[in-house]
This record gives sequence, structure tokens and C-alpha cells, in this order.
Amino acid sequence: MGLKQKTADLKKRMREAVKGGGSKAIEKQKAIGKKTARERILSILDPKSFHEYDLFVEHAGRDFDMDKKYLPGDGVITGTGTISGYPVCIYAQDFTVAGGSLGWAHAKKIIKIMDHAMKLKIPIIGINDSGGARIQEGVNALAGYGEIFYRNTQASGVIPQISVILGPCAGGAVYSPALTDFVFVVENVSKMFITGPEVIKTVLGEDISMEELGGARVHAEITGNAHFFAESEEECFDQIKHLISFIPWNNDKKAEPFPKKPPKARKYNIDEVIPADPRQPYDVRDIIKSLCDDSEFLEIQELFAANIIIGFARMAGQTVGFVANQPLVLAGVLDVDSSDKAARFIRYCDSFNIPLVTLVDLPGYLPGIEQEHAGVIRHGAKVLYAYSEATVPKITVIMRKAYGGGYIAMCSTHLRADFVCAWPTAEIAVMGPEGAANIIFRNEIKAAENPDEMRKQKIKEYKSKFANPYVAAAYGFVDAVIEAKETRNFIVHALDVSSLKVEVAPKKKHGIPPF
Amino acid sequence: MAETNNVQQDLKKGQFKSLLVENIKYRTILTKKYQDKKPYTPKDFKKITAFIPGTITKIFVTPKKKVKAGDKLLNLEAMKMENIILSPVDGTIKLISVKEGEKVTKEMVLIELL
Repeated sequence: MGLKQKTADLKKRMREAVKGGGSKAIEKQKAIGKKTARERILSILDPKSFHEYDLFVEHAGRDFDMDKKYLPGDGVITGTGTISGYPVCIYAQDFTVAGGSLGWAHAKKIIKIMDHAMKLKIPIIGINDSGGARIQEGVNALAGYGEIFYRNTQASGVIPQISVILGPCAGGAVYSPALTDFVFVVENVSKMFITGPEVIKTVLGEDISMEELGGARVHAEITGNAHFFAESEEECFDQIKHLISFIPWNNDKKAEPFPKKPPKARKYNIDEVIPADPRQPYDVRDIIKSLCDDSEFLEIQELFAANIIIGFARMAGQTVGFVANQPLVLAGVLDVDSSDKAARFIRYCDSFNIPLVTLVDLPGYLPGIEQEHAGVIRHGAKVLYAYSEATVPKITVIMRKAYGGGYIAMCSTHLRADFVCAWPTAEIAVMGPEGAANIIFRNEIKAAENPDEMRKQKIKEYKSKFANPYVAAAYGFVDAVIEAKETRNFIVHALDVSSLKVEVAPKKKHGIPPF
Repeated sequence: MAETNNVQQDLKKGQFKSLLVENIKYRTILTKKYQDKKPYTPKDFKKITAFIPGTITKIFVTPKKKVKAGDKLLNLEAMKMENIILSPVDGTIKLISVKEGEKVTKEMVLIELL
């Protein structure tokens, strides 16, 4: 064969391989509104930036006549590319090839691209669309999953890991996404569960649809397994690109700075958001948008534990992670779910050198038997642990209520916040005036001729004395009391002066966080 | 202030409920999960319930029979394991609400004691 023929042969082989499972299987995939694996990769990456590896890898099945079968690329496409110029490694399981099932060669391709991402120190994006383990390959399929989980764990906190669930992801396969940083789901497309509806039906006699058991909405709203929820694959890809713009390539780097932009002041006026009465709600996202560059806020886990808000924004061009109590929902209390949500995000930001801005307005922890029995002690402790452990610049703004344990947990000076400011509307106290007055003045209230009158009077007294930021400021627990409209300046200055911050934790292998 | 106006509108629509934390009533939206939470019921040792969904493979007792704490009541097969359910207290069998071979759901009452 001459060069021409050899090139023609290569082209022919490539044409065969990129066909995936063939036109029938592709039609089936399209019929249920799904894109093919290759289309997905090309939609996420910059045009012409995708470089594929291991196109000609062949599957490793030897039993059950599998050796007579040809599975193009063994059901997974891997490679490198760029997103808005940022380098990434990427893989996408191809459901049209043997249901995207994971055999040894399929796993080896994923492992190879993961190792590659670790060496190059760039993010890895995994698109999951697979029926699960390839049963014909037996224990080799299990070995494949195990090798992937191990690498997910090793890569955790070193390179950003993003999982995109665009089809079924069931059984052991769900644990790779669970070990990664961000999980993206799409309504009616994503399905995640350990045991599916059929098994539940036969073993337990309980009837449930796939969507109700482990659909996108379930994981975005109830379980908290998913971080980004989209209604279409296109929306999901936009979310991925948006996220990538906020995070650094690896844990040695800072996020790429953007040109500074002022907030959209006309739409989000910080002085107009907060009602003076601490019992009245407002949307704390309006405060975040009144503070950050261009009022652009990328919220994470929007539907899960909505009583706390987390997400990325930029302050004078620099990425920061916002953690804010949300008085709009459940009065902004800390509970099991909101503690988990906040703590994990704090640890993410700390791992990837993203400064933390905490906005405080909470009545405390959610009271109730269900919360106590669900382990609110252990879960609530995660917030303390995460903030105390974090060494990135930590900036805290106490806007209104900061009562009791909630005050301590929300990045107080005691957990080593670097900068704490409070607004004149702040109430920093051991508990709310109503509760405190009832305890401190119990005897006076009991002995009074008119206990209700006396209680009201004592609450008023307590309020005027303690429901303010000046007691805490007098002890130096608050660094500055500032007008709300000075907050952006305060945060930007704090970030400027702490760009060289070094804090050394005691030497240890690792801590034991209250998982 | 589009978003804030929405909050004001929601207030009017009565979307907001009150939540009591340390004697202070807050106006706020309650989550679905919060509203769906089950009220707590103390454990009743006289009601034997299925701790796991499964199949009743054998019943060792009959109504009116006296049992001591630790006596075998029935076999509950689940997850390929036979679980022998023992009586937690002394008592008399008041009611057996399952049959051998019956599939049971979690928390279903199997036997009631007097």
C-alpha cells in the first residue's frame, strides 16, 4: 500500500469508528430527545478544539461470544479540548454502543483520560449515559469502576471534576459522579439510582417510576446529589461553560481574573432590599447581585435546601464564593440539608483558592424532633469544621440577625474570619430578644401584676441594649460597623489586602470531619 | 427591584407562612420537604412492625397465645436473608395481620400484642 492508500484506509477506519452504534441506535437515542455522545462533546467544547484519543481501542470481552463482536471505541469517547480557551479533559459514554455499558477497555479509556487530566492539572468532565456494568465481562467491569472511583478520590481537591448525567447512571456507576465536585442533570434525561424501579418492585413490592425515583428533579431538589438542573441539554452545556469560567484549572492556581465591572445598581439597590423588621423576609440573592460584578451570580444547588444560598460571583474581577442565609425560605435557618450544602461548598472554595464571602441573617438552627433525629448536631458541625479549616480569605458581613450558634457557625471571627463587618441593622446576641428576655427576666415577669406587660417591657429593654452590632463591636468581635452601601468597597478592599494571605494548619495527615 | 417586588407580591398572595424559632415568629416560605415531614410517633412495643420490606415465610404463634420477651414470632425474609422476629416484651398475641407468603412493606404492622 502506498501513502495514499494508507491514508484512505485510515480515513475508512475512522469513518467506521465514529459511527458509534450505527444509524438505528442513534435514531433511538434521538427519538427520546437525547444527543449522541459525540454531539455532546462537540457542543460543550470550543469549535474544532476536540482531539480524540483511543478511537481504535477494542473491547476486552472474551466470554459469551463477545470476542466476535465489534464495539466501536468500546462505548466511550475520550479526549482533550478547550472551553472558552480553558483546557479540559473530557469523556462521554456512548449509549448507542452496547448501551454505553462499562467493560474493561471502556474503563481503561476513562482511566487514561483521568490520569492525563491529573498530569496536565486541568479539569475533567465526564458525561454519563450508560446501562451500567457490562455483565458479560464479569469482575473486570467491577474492577473498572473501582479504578475510576479511586482516581476520583485522588483527584478530589486537585483538579476540578465535573459529572454530567445525560441518561441512565445506575448501580455502582453513580458513585463516580457522587465523588466529583459538580453534578449536572437534565429534566427527563438524567436518571440516577442504586437500585432501579424493577428491583424495588420485585423485592419490595413498591411501585415507582424512574423519574420519581431518581429523575433530575429528585436529585436537584430532594437528595442534593445534583448541583445544576437544566431543562434541556443545551441549557446544561451553557451552565457547564459558565461554571468553568469561574473556577481555576487546578488547586495550585487562582481562577482567571475578569475585567472589573460595577453591579447593576439601578436594578439591585442594596438599601432597598432588607426590611428593618428582622422577622420579615427578603431574597438574599438581591443583596448578592447588588454587591458583585455586573450582578452576575452563578447559583449552585438552587433547588436543594433553599434556606441557604451558595454560588460563584466576581468582586472587582476576582472569583469569590458566596454563602448566604436566605430569610425567604425557612427563615434562613441552618438545618441538616443547608449545613451539608454550605459545608461542602466552603471546602470546595478552600481547595481551589476561592475567597469566601459570608452574608449572615439567620435565627439559628431549625428546631424539631425530625431535625434532631436526622442528626442536626453532626451535620451542623460540618459548617463549623469547614469554616475553621478553610485558609482562603474569609470575609463576613452580618446584615441582620446573628443569634446563638448560628452567629458562631456563619464564619464568625472565632472561626478565623479575616474581616467581619456588620450593618447598623445587625443584631448579634446569644439569642433573639423574645427568648432571652423570657429567661433572664423570668422572675420579674412571674412576679409582675401584669406578666404580659412586663414581658413586653423587658423584651424592649433587651432589644435596645443588645439587639445591635455595638456590643460585639465593643469586644472587637466585629471589625467594623458600616453602612450597607459601603459593603462592596469593604469586600473588594479585603480581597485586595489579603491576596498574599498565608495560614498554616497544624501538620496532620487529614482531619476527621463530621461526615 | 423586580425580585423584591415579587417578594412583596408573594406576601400578598399568602405564600408566606410563619415559622417559630425561639419564641420569634418569622414570615417565610416553607419548603416542600419541611411540610412533608412526618410527625413523630413514639415507638409502641406492643405493635410488631416490619423493619424492612420483605416476605413473611413462617409464623410461629397463634392468636391468644402467651409469649415471653425473646420468643420467636415470625420469619421475615428480605434481601436474601431470613430474619427471625422475636417478641420484644412479655404479652399475649392479640392479632396476627399477615399470612405466610405475604409480602409486607416497611413499618407495616405484623402482629399486635395485648
